[in-house]
Amino acid sequence: MAAGSTYTPIATTTANGSVNSITFNSFSGYTDLVLIFLGKVSSGSGDLALRFNSDTGTNYSNTWLNSQSNGSSGRASSASSITLTESSYLDTVRDTLNIMNIMNYSNSNTYKTVLARSNKAPTGYAVEAKVGLWRSTSAITSITLFSTGSNPNFESGSTFTLYGILAA
Amino acid sequence: MANTYKLIEAKTLTTTTTDITFTSIPQTYTDLKLVYSARSNANTGSEGYDSVFYFNGAQSNRTSKVLRGDGSVTSSNTIDEAATFRLLRAIEPNDYTSSIFCNVEIYIPNYTSSNYKSFSVDSVLENNATATGLSFIAGQWSSTAAITSITVGAINGSLVAYSTFYLYGISNS
Repeated sequence: MAAGSTYTPIATTTANGSVNSITFNSFSGYTDLVLIFLGKVSSGSGDLALRFNSDTGTNYSNTWLNSQSNGSSGRASSASSITLTESSYLDTVRDTLNIMNIMNYSNSNTYKTVLARSNKAPTGYAVEAKVGLWRSTSAITSITLFSTGSNPNFESGSTFTLYGILAA
Repeated sequence: MANTYKLIEAKTLTTTTTDITFTSIPQTYTDLKLVYSARSNANTGSEGYDSVFYFNGAQSNRTSKVLRGDGSVTSSNTIDEAATFRLLRAIEPNDYTSSIFCNVEIYIPNYTSSNYKSFSVDSVLENNATATGLSFIAGQWSSTAAITSITVGAINGSLVAYSTFYLYGISNS
């Protein structure tokens, strides 16, 4: 990768404690996307989830591998979003770090996949790798990250940053 | 676009070296990424497949959780270290097939913040033999200090020549 030329910061949002979802909707002209989340919620707990183009249909699925029980794996299909965390769920104490890679997001011939690595440490440590699928050939024009469960707000200071990767 | 994914420093070892340290890390980026390819002169019997990794010279308040596979089984370990901070299966040991060096990528977000520091590690140790290594690691350094230096070494033994280390800075604007 040519340093400084293909890893472009598109937008960054820092939560103020009053919202439970963040949407990016202006990121044309790249090949792939990288989305970095670091933060927690201000009350209760929930998972971090993702939707594309505000699609709330059951068009998502995912498969995960995590560190519970010396390594475990599971899956979900026909879901209404991609759940990005399992045991690394959002809580009020520990930061969850989630690194998402969204490949070929504007391709109008293929369904869209996302590779995600999610971590939380210490106390109730969790390491996870996940692949998510959106069964749509539409170009991704918006990405929404939100909390599930009781939909708690993201804690003030939680950060969401979107980068664009351009094929050389 | 300036300074969005910029090489801060590269190190290539020409001789066997105990450890390497990136010092005086600029405080102008948002995140850091360290990519290294390294090999130890210690055998597996001496835990030659584990590396040490710490910030600001501080070998305390580090914890990590590891999910790993060795080519036949998966396992999970929690590491709370009062002494040298260990990364499980994050360096190629001396008795693995010669000329193979591990590949490790470490992502450190928000490294200048006053919060505790989270980091993520992906590591592979190939061997073209039964014993291999693949690790996903979640780590935390429980310190509010900004990260100004990073040290990598072998848990036992030293790093051998041709090991390479690249530190990148990533800016969100």
